[in-house]
Amino acid sequence: MSQALAITGLSIRSIPERWAPSLVIVIGLAGVVGVFTALLAMAEGFSSTLKATGRTDTVIIMRGGSDSEINSALSREQSDILEQQPGIRAAADGKPLASAELMVIAELIRKDDVNNGANITVRGVEPVAFALRPQLKIIAGRAFTPGLRELMVGEGVVRQFQGAGIGQLLRMRGSNWTVVGEFKSGDSHDSELWADVNVARSTFGRTGSSSVLAALDGPGGLDKLKSAIAAEPRLTVDVLGEQEYFSGQTKQFRQQIGFLAGLVTIIMALGAVFAALNSMYAAVAARSKEIATLRAIGFGGSPVLISVMIEALLLALAGGVLGAVLAYLLFNNLSVSTLGQNFTQVVFNFKVTPELVVRGLIIALLIGMVGGFLPALRAARAPVTSSLREQ
Amino acid sequence: MTKSGFVIANLFRKRTRTILTLLSVIMAFVLFGLLQSVNSMFNAGADFVGATRLMTQARVSFTQALPVSMVPKIESVPGVARVAYSMWFGGIWQENTPLFVFAINPLRHRDAYPEYVMPEAQWQAFANTRTAMVAGKLLADQYHWKIGQKIPISSNIYPQKDGSKAWAFDLVGILDGKDDAWRRQTNVAFINADYFDEANQFNLKGRTNFFIIKLADGANAQAISKTIDAMFENSPDETKTQTEKDFNLGFVKQIGDIGLIVHWILFAVFFTLLLVVGNTMAQSVRERIPELAVLKTLGFSDASVLGFVLAEAFALCLFGGLVGLSLATALGAMVEKGSGGQFQVTLDGGVWFIGIVAIVVMSIAVGLLPALRARRLRIVDALAGR
Repeated sequence: MSQALAITGLSIRSIPERWAPSLVIVIGLAGVVGVFTALLAMAEGFSSTLKATGRTDTVIIMRGGSDSEINSALSREQSDILEQQPGIRAAADGKPLASAELMVIAELIRKDDVNNGANITVRGVEPVAFALRPQLKIIAGRAFTPGLRELMVGEGVVRQFQGAGIGQLLRMRGSNWTVVGEFKSGDSHDSELWADVNVARSTFGRTGSSSVLAALDGPGGLDKLKSAIAAEPRLTVDVLGEQEYFSGQTKQFRQQIGFLAGLVTIIMALGAVFAALNSMYAAVAARSKEIATLRAIGFGGSPVLISVMIEALLLALAGGVLGAVLAYLLFNNLSVSTLGQNFTQVVFNFKVTPELVVRGLIIALLIGMVGGFLPALRAARAPVTSSLREQ
Repeated sequence: MTKSGFVIANLFRKRTRTILTLLSVIMAFVLFGLLQSVNSMFNAGADFVGATRLMTQARVSFTQALPVSMVPKIESVPGVARVAYSMWFGGIWQENTPLFVFAINPLRHRDAYPEYVMPEAQWQAFANTRTAMVAGKLLADQYHWKIGQKIPISSNIYPQKDGSKAWAFDLVGILDGKDDAWRRQTNVAFINADYFDEANQFNLKGRTNFFIIKLADGANAQAISKTIDAMFENSPDETKTQTEKDFNLGFVKQIGDIGLIVHWILFAVFFTLLLVVGNTMAQSVRERIPELAVLKTLGFSDASVLGFVLAEAFALCLFGGLVGLSLATALGAMVEKGSGGQFQVTLDGGVWFIGIVAIVVMSIAVGLLPALRARRLRIVDALAGR
């Protein structure tokens, strides 16, 4: 072992003299780990934004088989019946803590675009909606006035789209709406526009709502509510935990990005393995005389093998760290948006988590191991005499 | 020995190194090909449509349905040849597979989309059978649907009158595309709008998501769009009319900043690749300095020595690039087939062209420095090993 360490020390000190091939390994691995980390940081950011939405003690109720709010519709009668069901917590004023909400879509233009509209959720809410989402804070301006065509915008919308600043006018269905406030909730509501539900209904020609959000009265509330609804023939609805509903929306995106990340990483990793093999072969060849000399004065074959492996692993690790750092600097907290379940934009930030970095580094070490092994073997097995005689 | 023979022989004097370098180049171009085709899907994927169709939707969002009663008004605009319309059905196959199913007016659709090919008898059957459905060939092949079958499809939006969301339609025709680009657009199914309208439980009678406007010719597309939008201004059903190409592009762009991310990946891949190949070339020139000096001594000019080194770089990039792009083409076709046409990542001529440009640019980038070094060599110094 001490022999291995001695040789490793020698080879590492000589890296500056043959920096070019070593740099190839470092940069190659930085590329693989950077791309891998960045792609998964995107999936991670999307998931954590949606998972942050929704509490464990609230449920969202939609028409049966709808999958998402945009596909769901409940009549006024149905939502009134729903709000009176047992299992729903009462607010301080004795009314049920439940909000019938209407989700419609409006188009806004991205900041970096000129004419293509992107779908934005417009959520018509009752006043109780704010009590159901205590995480939502108004950070500028004020709340909309019930009965007026006024909008509050999420801060994600303000960040990503044009024309949604306070005081600006948005045109929807032949009428102008004034933006009066900006809010922040740290979850997917940041990608929404909020308005008074009754004004939204009359503007969009709808009478009912899309969903009912309700707070449960304690741990048994869900079962109470579900059995009451099952016994009510006027209702065919799905009752979902709010958090479960939003987490469920991340599955498809995670799968797609996971597939893309997997494919890209495998192809890049193969390319990097070949590059690493090349560089390590070159490194070994450049030092063949030196290695043969060491062997001649009594160093064994396995310390040589180990030292070459360690060198490859160290270079790979350096590349991995570089890639992770680059991914962090370039992508962490980068704000982007994509289509969510409701066919509307969800604004989210990339999240480079420690777990992702560790996974990236493991990939780098694996590549280093594969790329180092064959050259290490060649170095350890090279016949001493002919290596010494080489020019 | 010919000059090209000389270049190839030089490449294979260090076989392991050349093969390994080639393999990394191949991998890089596989990735390049696939990502570039995804990229072109985001940027110019709508190239196959001409400028002779416009799409009209509600200005606020296409999810807000417009009244079908607009059709005669739009059709009265000079330059408009035919108006078709289309409504999203929210089709679900079996448990949870979403399908592109639209409720349309059959004969209007036939007139607006001459690119879709189907026997006239099937169009007539579609128009005359209330519960009829026609499926695109891709879709029909994927699920082994045959004409005459009753196809069960659910909607995640619209219940029937009895409250059930499980619908079923009679397959009366299979739609194909007139060329490759349009054959790829056959992962859709159409149902009869009239039947859908009366059979669904909702109170949105006579409404539709899109109007598809076929123009007499493409020359006045802008003016006609403006005329149509002006007709409905200040009504609750304000419209937004775009060319079909812009509409499709806008639809794809909804997916968001994926294009940006693809660019970053391409950048990372290329930078890495440049380094790998560049390093190999530099190394091989370094090792051969005495040989190059001998060549010069024998009377080869500075320019031809430069040419040899550049040719080596080019041969490496060209071979690796072509193999990589071919692999990517095969892989892309596999992905497209496996996904039933959902992920359209076929490498078309455009991607190949960009690929070839990339090969040339790369050869110069990696070969130029070592080649210049070879050209500058002074015979005396090189032979002396200085």
